[in-house]
Amino acid sequence: MSAADVAAPGATAAGPDVLAEPRGPKPRRISVGRIGLYAFLVMSAIFFLVPLYIMIVTSLKGMPEIRLGHLFNLPAEPTLQPWVDAAFRACTGRDCFGLSPGFINSVKITVPSVIISIVCASLNGYALTFWPYKGASFLFGVLVFGAFVPYQVVIYPLIIGLSTVGLFATLPGIIIVHTIFGMPILTLLFRNFYASLPVELFKAGRIDGAGFWRIFFHIMLPMSVPITVVAVILQVTGIWNDFLFGIVFAGRNNWPMTVQLNNIVNTTTGVREYNVNMAATILTAAVPLIVYFVSGRWFVRGIAAGAVKG
Amino acid sequence: MAEVSVRDLEVSFGHLKVLKSLNVTANDGEFLVLLGPSGCGKSTLLNAIAGLLDISGGQVWIGGRNVTWEEPKDRGIGMVFQSYALYPRMTAEGNLAFGLRMAGVARDEIARRVAKAAALLQIEPLLKRRPAELSGGQRQRVAIGRALVRDVGVFLFDEPLSNLDAKLRGELRVEIKKLHTELGSTMVYVTHDQIEALTLADRIAVMNGGVIQQLATPKEIYRRPVNRFVAGFVGSPSMNFVSGTVSGDGIVLADGQRVGLAGYEFAALPGEGRRAVLGIRPEQIDIRPAADGTAGMKLAVSVVEPMGADTLVWTNAGSDAVSVRVGPDASFAPGQVLDVSFQPAVASLFDAESGARL
Repeated sequence: MSAADVAAPGATAAGPDVLAEPRGPKPRRISVGRIGLYAFLVMSAIFFLVPLYIMIVTSLKGMPEIRLGHLFNLPAEPTLQPWVDAAFRACTGRDCFGLSPGFINSVKITVPSVIISIVCASLNGYALTFWPYKGASFLFGVLVFGAFVPYQVVIYPLIIGLSTVGLFATLPGIIIVHTIFGMPILTLLFRNFYASLPVELFKAGRIDGAGFWRIFFHIMLPMSVPITVVAVILQVTGIWNDFLFGIVFAGRNNWPMTVQLNNIVNTTTGVREYNVNMAATILTAAVPLIVYFVSGRWFVRGIAAGAVKG
Repeated sequence: MAEVSVRDLEVSFGHLKVLKSLNVTANDGEFLVLLGPSGCGKSTLLNAIAGLLDISGGQVWIGGRNVTWEEPKDRGIGMVFQSYALYPRMTAEGNLAFGLRMAGVARDEIARRVAKAAALLQIEPLLKRRPAELSGGQRQRVAIGRALVRDVGVFLFDEPLSNLDAKLRGELRVEIKKLHTELGSTMVYVTHDQIEALTLADRIAVMNGGVIQQLATPKEIYRRPVNRFVAGFVGSPSMNFVSGTVSGDGIVLADGQRVGLAGYEFAALPGEGRRAVLGIRPEQIDIRPAADGTAGMKLAVSVVEPMGADTLVWTNAGSDAVSVRVGPDASFAPGQVLDVSFQPAVASLFDAESGARL
C-alpha cells in the first residue's frame, strides 16, 4: 500500500482485494441443519393436524359416504346437516336438543366462575403482598399446597358439604366449586405479579392518603391488566374444558357442554353418527380454541408466569 | 414549625434490631442528610419517620406533634423515592393530583396547586404524558412535584438521584438545593453518595450499623471526623490512613520515620506506645519539605493517575498506601522519594483498635 492509497479512500473501496473482505450484511446460508429442523417442524405440524383434518372432513360428509371408509378423502357431497344435528337435534338419552342446552349451561357456569375467582384471587394476591398480617405466609403456603391436592380426594367431602347447605347439584354449587379450585393457582399468579411491582408504588400510595381499597382500585388494578388477561384465559379454558366437576356438582339440569358431548358420543341406541359426533366435538372445543388463537401471546405469558393448569 | 424529631426509636425485623434507641432532630427548615453505606439503617429510619413501617419502640415527632401512631398521610410529609414510584397508568398530572383527590380537595384548588408545582419544576409541557413517556430525570421531577403539591412542611427523599446518570444527578442536585432555598421547608434526605451529602446538607448524620456515628455540619464532618469510619466514608478520593505508634506528641510509622504532630488538638493525650492511625486527606499533603509548624514525611511514589483537573500520586509509607493530590502539570516517576509536609491541625489521629478520634 502506498501513501497515495491511504490519501484516497474512494480508490481503495473499488479495489478487488477490498471487495472480498467482509462488509455490510452477512450473506445468509442454508445449512443442512436448518433444512432438517424445518422438515421436523413441518412433520410435527402435520402429525398433530391430521386428526383435526379428519374430524372436519368427516363432519362434512353424510353417513353413506362415511361407510365407504375413505378416511382422508374430501367430502364428495359436502353437507352442514351434521353440524345442525350436533347443535340442535342430537339425542342424549330421551332428550333430543343437541348441544345447545349444554352450551348455555357452560356459559352460565363459566362466566360467573371466572369473574368471581379472579376478583377473589387478585384481592388475595394484593393483600398477601402488600398488607402482610399474622399468619399471611402460612395462609399462602396452604394455598400453594392446595394447588397440588388431587381433585378426586376432595370430591366426596365437597359433595357432603354442599348438600348439607343445599347447594349440591345446583348452578351456585358448581360455581363455588370452580371458584375454590381456581383460587390456589390464581392467587399464586396474582401474588407473584404484585410481588414483582416496586413496593415504593404502594408506599407512595399510602403517603398520598389512599387506603387498602383505594390503592387496590386506583393504583394496582389498572396495572393488573396483563395478568388479569392471563388469568381469564386460564380460567375460561380450564372451566370450559372441565368434565369431572361438571358431571358431579352441576346437576342434571346444568350439565356443561363437555358432559353433554360425552353423552351424545356415547349414546348406545341406534347407529353411530360419526359425522355428528365429529361436529359436536369441534363445537365443544371451539371456545377454548378461539381463546387460544385470539390470545396466544398472553397465554404463553401465563404459562411462563408459572401457571400451568391441567 | 416543621421540626422532625425521632426519640429513642427502635425498629426490628423479626429478631434483628436494625435501629436501637436512636435520637435525631432535624430543625425547622433544615436540610438533614442521612449518609451511610447500604444496610446501615438510613432508609429504615426514613421509612419510620414516614410511618411506612411498624416501629417497635420510641416516638416520632413532626411539627411539634407526636405522630408515632398516625397514618403516613396525616403526618404532614411528602416523600420522593429512588425508583420514582410514579403511578404508571396515570398521566404526570394525574400523579400530581392523586394525593389531593384522595384528600377530597376541590377541583379548582387541585388545578391551582398542580399548576404551581409544575411551574416551579418546569414540567408544564410534560403534564399530559404518562410516566413511560418520560425520561429518568423528568420522572424524578414529576415525583418531586407529587410531594410538592401536598403543601407540607417536611419532605423526605429516599436516594432520589441514585437511578440517574452522573450528569442528570448533578443537575437535579442543584435543583433540589434551589428548591430548599425557595420553600424553606424541612428536608430529610437519604443517600449513600457523600458528594450529594456534602453539597446539599445543612447537617449530615453519618450512619453505620444502625447507629449515628456523627451528626454535624458538612465542614465539621469533613475536617474533624469523630472516628475512622466517618473519616473513610466521607471524602473522595478517600482519606489516607497510616498506622504507627504514639511517641510523645508525634507518631512513629511502621517504617521507622517519626512524624511530629505539634499543633494537633488531641482529644485527650494518648499514652506512650499506643497503636494509632494517622489520617490525612490527599489534598492536605504538600509536596514541600517540612518547614516551621508543619509535619514532614517521606513517601515513595508508586503510581501516578492524571485526572484532568488534578493528578493523584499514589505513594507508599511503609506498608500503607498514601495518595497525594497535586496540580495537573506535576510529573513524578515511580520509585521517586518525595519529601512532603502537612498541617498537623487539619490531620486526624485515630485509635487503632476502637477507631475513635484521639
